[in-house]
Amino acid sequence: MFAITAFAILVALGIALARAFAGPTIFDRILAVNSVGTKTVLLIAVLGFLTGRPEFLDIAIVYALINFIGVVAVLKYVKYGDVARSDEAGSNNGEGTR
Amino acid sequence: MELVLNVLSWLLLLSGAAFIVIGAFGMWRLPDFYTRLHPAGLTDTMGAGLILLGLLLQAEAGMVAIKLLIIAVLLLFTSPTSGHATARAALAAGLRPWQAKDDDKAMGEGGDK
Repeated sequence: MFAITAFAILVALGIALARAFAGPTIFDRILAVNSVGTKTVLLIAVLGFLTGRPEFLDIAIVYALINFIGVVAVLKYVKYGDVARSDEAGSNNGEGTR
Repeated sequence: MELVLNVLSWLLLLSGAAFIVIGAFGMWRLPDFYTRLHPAGLTDTMGAGLILLGLLLQAEAGMVAIKLLIIAVLLLFTSPTSGHATARAALAAGLRPWQAKDDDKAMGEGGDK
């Protein structure tokens, strides 16, 4: 039963990756990669149960956290052109994102 | 009792997997970025929730169940936030939502060329 679920998640991963490659705008790609990350978290959890190794769940927790941080960092990079700056009000939001 | 628990968790796992595949297919099929936000959110909340619940039934009480709950709560908070942040960044970057009346000719294949 876990194998069927893992296979279904792999199929969904393939489709999400296809959307990441085909995505016309950069935000489609960010959305697809975020979705791939969440699916990977679930895949790790299911594989942990499939192979009977409960410590996989720690990896899934860390992966979920890093996935979120990664998406926010990429969004900040796309919006401001670099990640290092702090978010003053009225900074050039919107330009330089293409 | 054991069989009931197993069958119930198998049902949850399969329905969660079905939601994930439907969500991924929706992300491929829908015409515009803003419409694709919906299936992405769908997979994160419904698909993940059902699968984690199915795993929870299989897990004996203890640290494994607590970790599954941690993952569920984490996904519950982070996926809507990242979806919202992506939508705001797209709107700030000037990505206009796709309207059917805008490009009737492009309504067949994906709207935002």
